[in-house]
Amino acid sequence: MNNETTQTLDKYAQDKYKYGFVTEIESERPKKGLNEETIKFISKKKNEPDWMLTWRIDCYNKWLKMSQPKWANLNIPEIDFQNIYYYAAPKGFEEKPKDLSEVDPKLIETYNKLGIPLEEQKVLAGVAVDAVFDSVSVATTYKGELEKLGIVFCSISEAVRTHPELVRKYLGSVIPPGDHSFSALNSAVFTDGSFVYIPENTKCPMELSTYFRINAEETGQFERTLIIADKGSYVSYLEGCTAPQRDSNQLHAANVELIAFENAEIKYSTVQNWYPGDEEGKGGIYNFVTKRGLCQGKNSKISWTQVETGSAITWKYPSCILKGDNSIGEFYSVAITNNFQQADTGTKMTHIGKNTRSKIISKGISLGNSQNTYRGNVSFLRKAEKARNYTQCDSLLVGNKCGAHTIPYIESKNNSAVVEHEASTSKINEDQLYYCRQRGLSHEEAVSLIVNGFCKQVLQELPMEFAVEAQKLVSISLEGSVG
Amino acid sequence: MIFLNINNLNVEIDGNKILNDFNLSINKGEVHAIMGPNGSGKSTLANVLAGNEDYEVTSGKIIFKDTNLLELNIEERAQLGIFLAFQYPVEIPGVNITPFLQASLNSKLKNQNKQEIDSLSFAKLLRNKAEELGIDTEMLKRSINTGFSGGEKKRYEILQMSVLNPEFTIFDETDSGLDVDALKMVTEGINRFKTKNNSFLIITHYQKLLDYIRPDFVHVMREGKIIKSGNISLASEIEESGYQKF
Repeated sequence: MNNETTQTLDKYAQDKYKYGFVTEIESERPKKGLNEETIKFISKKKNEPDWMLTWRIDCYNKWLKMSQPKWANLNIPEIDFQNIYYYAAPKGFEEKPKDLSEVDPKLIETYNKLGIPLEEQKVLAGVAVDAVFDSVSVATTYKGELEKLGIVFCSISEAVRTHPELVRKYLGSVIPPGDHSFSALNSAVFTDGSFVYIPENTKCPMELSTYFRINAEETGQFERTLIIADKGSYVSYLEGCTAPQRDSNQLHAANVELIAFENAEIKYSTVQNWYPGDEEGKGGIYNFVTKRGLCQGKNSKISWTQVETGSAITWKYPSCILKGDNSIGEFYSVAITNNFQQADTGTKMTHIGKNTRSKIISKGISLGNSQNTYRGNVSFLRKAEKARNYTQCDSLLVGNKCGAHTIPYIESKNNSAVVEHEASTSKINEDQLYYCRQRGLSHEEAVSLIVNGFCKQVLQELPMEFAVEAQKLVSISLEGSVG
Repeated sequence: MIFLNINNLNVEIDGNKILNDFNLSINKGEVHAIMGPNGSGKSTLANVLAGNEDYEVTSGKIIFKDTNLLELNIEERAQLGIFLAFQYPVEIPGVNITPFLQASLNSKLKNQNKQEIDSLSFAKLLRNKAEELGIDTEMLKRSINTGFSGGEKKRYEILQMSVLNPEFTIFDETDSGLDVDALKMVTEGINRFKTKNNSFLIITHYQKLLDYIRPDFVHVMREGKIIKSGNISLASEIEESGYQKF
């Protein structure tokens, strides 16, 4: 590799994070540490009914008996669960403000700075936003308009009180709390996230979006989201996340459950940009996320699209259980790691019903000293007649010190299943850079162009309003230009 | 103004000397052809002019439009008006020619302190140029060079040239791998683009290309330097008796 390329790559490797500011707002937290008292505190703060508290305590007891999964290709430092705050809310936040005029201007300012204006008229046309700040949802826009169609879009804390029958029935039905220690932990202490219910034969007329922000120091965020799409309905949902720049590591352990009934479709997109740590690998978010969708009904469809650029450690496998006959699961992923970031991400497609189909497109880009792993598990159960999977994983290496790994598992108990798998690993090509520069593009422009081209198959799956943003984010993750 | 002057240029790659006290001058509006056997240094010359960093210039000078070219990097040279039509144009999957070439043109306009072109006007310009060259506009929707045939790639180079409108174009064995029909199409594109304000350096093995383009000067290159210069009749001489006699 020639000198100029090395210099440009070094510059990229020193990428600066532009969401690293802290909002000076007094927050209310319980004592550090995880015990029944902490859980009771959270439950009380959220005014939860007894059944919710009992469920949480049950999950806590499960967690106590479990140990952390260790199979990922990650070097995870020991996490001291007693040294974390499990709840933080802006002080005086006993009741969620009824409308934006009641929201602390500092919070509105924070979201403005993040490029998420909450004033409804200014919000991206056609996008409803739920903003989660540390452990509480601070605002949900366009609620009234959605209510007219019978669509429920609110924070999960609110749903526990207002739609207990749905929450009680479906919470933990796709991800059993005892699945692994992170899901048990989340179930015990989850704080906020979104709840969506789309009634039968209803097409949600706008994108629904949640924006997660961790602000308080030494605080874990335990997001819980539940989306239910009833028969023949459609919804597209997007989440975004950022956190301040801090030297200490912070924990984000989310659980997201999706359920699609007959002929329903859920499209779930993530643009994850948690603070990744500095150039030496100090600080950053530990992102341990469990996302699972159940295609319960015939002809249902769940599609995951993720653009992962942040976090010090990413442990995340958005999955689909294809139970209904003819149901479809899709996973489109771009994961970019830089500096000392580690990502172990991929998907799990479980084919149960007949003629179920799944498609996996994964693009991993590694820079600096980072390690990027794709891990996939495609399985066909006994009754999955004529099920099909197509998997394509491509890795792009930029520089000489990073690593890319691909670990696909395929299991089949039905011999009519068809599996296709394609994988490639390439280095950013000097000839391509030369070609672009000969046409007058700078070295940085050329790298950004080539990487965006490499990710295009995935980026084009994002809702239009966000595709451009994501493209910019990809470029920013490569550049050192944003301070 | 000196348009292009290469003076006593010495170039090495991995310690091997490839250009050896090389000299060449080209004026505005002239078409020069360089012929020579394999390994004579023709492609090295093309890449050194474009600024490829794999080659080491050990001594000598290149002046282009009164500017010391050796002080500029690849993109700065491109912005100044140098275009290299590659022998093997590289594939760039997922990247469409429209935003790519618009960014190229704008980098050049910016360099000349001119106003940048907006997307709509650019799309129109690109479509017009493609139609002029008989390039199917469907082809503009594909990723750059990806899955293109040899002939398609070369026509794409000509399209890029005519949009960027460089003052000096180097064709590095553009005829290699082309059948007669493709060759004709490519050379028609070049002839259409030729004016008294732009100059060309055509690097080739064979006379066939020169039958269509008719250069003002033909040079024979061997062991890193020009050993004979003349007019088009020199090309016929080579075609008849090979490079042995030089």
